[in-house]
Amino acid sequence: MIPVPEVNLGGVLPALIISVAGLLAMLLGLFVRKGASTVGAVIGLVGVLLALMANAPLRLMNTPAFSGMIALDTYTWFFNLLILASVGLTILISMKYLVDMGLDLYEYFAILLFAAVGMMFMVSGIHLLVIFVGLETLSIAVYVLTGVLPRSAKSSEASLKYLLLGAFSSGLFLYGAALLFGATGSLSLAGLAKYFQSGSVSLMALVGMGLLLVGFSFKVAAVPFHMWTPDVYDGAPSPITGFMSVGVKAAAFAAFLRVFFECFGSAQVTWSHILWVLAALTMILGNLAAIVQTNIKRMLAYSSIAHAGYILVGMVAGKEGGAAGILYYLLAYIFTNLGAFAVVTIVGRKGEANVNIDDYRGLAKAHPALALVMSIFLFSLAGIPPTAGFVGKFTIFSAAINSGYIWLVIIGVLTSAASVFYYFRVVMKMYMEAPEVEPEKLLFSPSMTLALTLTVMVVLYIGIFPTTYLNLATESVKTLF
Amino acid sequence: MENVSCYLSLITFVPLLGVLVVLFINRECPETLRWVTLVCMLIDFVLSLFVYFGFDPSIPSMQFVENHSWIQEWGISYKLGIDGISLFLVLLATFLGPILVLASWKDIIHRVKEFMICLLFLQVGMIGVFVSLDLFLFYVFWEIMLIPMYLLIGVWGNPARKLYAAIKFVLYTIVGSLLMLVAILVLYFMAGKSSGVYTFDLLKLYEFAVPIQAQFWLFLAFFLAFAIKVPMFPFHTWLPDAHTEAPTVGSVVLAAVLLKMGTYGFIRFAIPLFPNAAVDAAWWVCLLAVIGIIYGAWVAMVQVDVKRLVAFSSVSHLGFVMLGMFALTSQGVEGSILQMINHGLSTGALFLIVGMIYERRHTRLIAEFGGLSKVMPIFAVFFMVFTLSSIGLPGLNGFIGEFLILLGSFKVFTWYTVFAASGVIFAAVYMLWMFQRVMFGEITNPKNLNLKDLDVREIAVLVPILIFVVWIGIYPNTFLRPMEPSVKNFIQHVEKKRAKIIALEDEGKQTLPYVDKISLVSSVTEVRAER
Repeated sequence: MIPVPEVNLGGVLPALIISVAGLLAMLLGLFVRKGASTVGAVIGLVGVLLALMANAPLRLMNTPAFSGMIALDTYTWFFNLLILASVGLTILISMKYLVDMGLDLYEYFAILLFAAVGMMFMVSGIHLLVIFVGLETLSIAVYVLTGVLPRSAKSSEASLKYLLLGAFSSGLFLYGAALLFGATGSLSLAGLAKYFQSGSVSLMALVGMGLLLVGFSFKVAAVPFHMWTPDVYDGAPSPITGFMSVGVKAAAFAAFLRVFFECFGSAQVTWSHILWVLAALTMILGNLAAIVQTNIKRMLAYSSIAHAGYILVGMVAGKEGGAAGILYYLLAYIFTNLGAFAVVTIVGRKGEANVNIDDYRGLAKAHPALALVMSIFLFSLAGIPPTAGFVGKFTIFSAAINSGYIWLVIIGVLTSAASVFYYFRVVMKMYMEAPEVEPEKLLFSPSMTLALTLTVMVVLYIGIFPTTYLNLATESVKTLF
Repeated sequence: MENVSCYLSLITFVPLLGVLVVLFINRECPETLRWVTLVCMLIDFVLSLFVYFGFDPSIPSMQFVENHSWIQEWGISYKLGIDGISLFLVLLATFLGPILVLASWKDIIHRVKEFMICLLFLQVGMIGVFVSLDLFLFYVFWEIMLIPMYLLIGVWGNPARKLYAAIKFVLYTIVGSLLMLVAILVLYFMAGKSSGVYTFDLLKLYEFAVPIQAQFWLFLAFFLAFAIKVPMFPFHTWLPDAHTEAPTVGSVVLAAVLLKMGTYGFIRFAIPLFPNAAVDAAWWVCLLAVIGIIYGAWVAMVQVDVKRLVAFSSVSHLGFVMLGMFALTSQGVEGSILQMINHGLSTGALFLIVGMIYERRHTRLIAEFGGLSKVMPIFAVFFMVFTLSSIGLPGLNGFIGEFLILLGSFKVFTWYTVFAASGVIFAAVYMLWMFQRVMFGEITNPKNLNLKDLDVREIAVLVPILIFVVWIGIYPNTFLRPMEPSVKNFIQHVEKKRAKIIALEDEGKQTLPYVDKISLVSSVTEVRAER
């Protein structure tokens, strides 16, 4: 008789709640004629809140579940929080966006919620197949969301590009997993870890590891696997771009970290050299390319590549310090970047007509509060105290120095000095230049105001009083080591 | 002293309270905005006077110490304190606060609200830098102050080239300070690994002896950050642009206080943390300082714009400050600190004066003026006194500072001092020549015939500075006495620590940073100061 594995639904409750919310949003969309997207958003928000509650017990757990397929631990808890926060904020930002665009798409929120489910499995997976399934669920949902704008060639093109390159990277990932299975006979992280600790590592396993590294690098947009990012970020609807730049990145890094620290920890020397180069290239190219952009979405796309570079520095640094730094960094980055994209969404107006940096001219005069908030996000992205972004960079760079990677940190700080140029240029446009023609008034909505208030408060609060969150990050990475 | 122990926090954050108040004032009432900011700055100044009178000049170490843990896991604390070195810099900042608001009264008419917020924020950053005794906290304040200064130049600056000047200022400063951040982290881990105590507390880090080789690199990073800020030749190119394009108030605060953050950084951080490297580098630093003195003076001589001339004179004056400091003798260092104050007062005043004629004529070109003393006699008197103070005429403040510096450095760097002294002569040449062309002679330009002399507000702006210019010139002891014990302590610390490290290095401990604590005057007396 086949033994029935113990099923612990409590552990995956957050993902279940979000799935149910997604299904409900889809079903109700069929019955509601007008305002379907609002219904979807409300269901989504309720789902996120419930999932946040259901997520709480995970903090104290440390057990594998579903026969060693997923891990219920503090690490999962932390990333679930990040994912739920980014989904919640994206919903708030999207509500206004969809109304502005005249789109009444109930699928939008359903797909967004399914993406979140994929992410949650990706961060909790301790088996390469679970991670892969999570990754695909997430990716397919995001491909659709990228192309969600009807009659927008740019959006469809972005979606197709993303699909092709994304499929390619998924293929590499899967191939890597297959090679690892061939070499080790196992796909669970524990099994792989055992193999890599045994000392004799075959070439096939190393190639498999390398392919996994490439696959993850695609997903986090590390140079030289970043080519898709600017076009996709530019073409996707602004709230989705924000979501991709934080949520997808966070989930990809979560799995990247777990796989590489848990299984290949013993072979760390081998991959940390490669990552050193990737991190340096990513920081340099991301920041330099961002300088010449005139479109703010492309600029933020390159900036998000650069931020992936800083996070890779944390991976190179390794150890608890580096990993905890990454977690804090992602927390700071999620709120900062989503905030920035909320402003991009507002300023973009109907049809995203105003996404050039020049469109920010004179914003400080017309909307002082909005300009101030955007400045705070930009300062945080540039890593200027007392914002969350500063503490994030500080934690990562200090971990890297602690591990002796001083040159990498010097590259990091010099490139972030270069980044100041393009972030401050937006501030300059907002405060120091006047628009040629008086633009239309911007319209705010309660959900957008809420999103902006939340993000800006978090960015400042965890920048000034980071202790609690740093401790949480440190606590969360304990299970990896 | 329990009840006084929050004075420094108050001084630092009263302007922040001011920001909160200003935020809720309607932007349509610029007068109210100005008055509120003025009152806030005055309160801040009065509070700093309490610190001055509560300051015990006989104690060489930190006073008014406040210490609260901030990010405990990393050994980051919110630690403030002042000694004789920082006391007057804090006072300088708070003293100039109200003057800046008064000076901007008619100058700034657009976006008054934002302007006042920037000014108040700047005040927080500046005072914070001078009072923080924790490297992390220091770095935070150091960076915070970038943003308001950037906006001051970029928003209210001279439309033609303000954007260029603003971003140049930010990029120069940030490259230096980010490298300093790396050095701070390296120092932190070095000290932490050898002693087991990870801390950013400056006074504790003073006690760690960093190996000479590492000192070199760390000092280099700190040097870059501070030398850009001072600015020393050849890192000075941002300064003339920033000064010329900034609004009057921006130039004043930049010259008077912001540049002092660089020189203060050397004396508080770079030299005492890395004494061996500092002493070894002194020859080079002083060479750059002397080049700066002479180069600044020469370039100032050929300027056609009064403001640019004063800006280049800053480069020259700050060369003196650096020369005196790196001589590392008590006269030199005292003179250097006094000269920081002097430069703040007289160059600040000169920028105010330039601003006043600019408001009347909307030009700063020397060729446009001539014979102004006939139509503006009161203005002429003030201008003359500040010009002479900047040249270093005996009886005014500049003389005391430069004399002490030259006296202090003569023993150590005789030849440098000889060349530096020529800078005083060049200063007389460019300043007096400029003064002559602007103020004396016949009025050749008919536009200058009907210029109004200074009004009450403008006199109120200049008189307080004038008082101190004369006071320091006649009786410098008021200012030198409180700084003397701290300066002695500083020099003693540097020498002791340097000797100790050399001894350790000779013993052959070359691998790890030295764990041995050096018992220093500062660490012993800190306890006393906390009373």
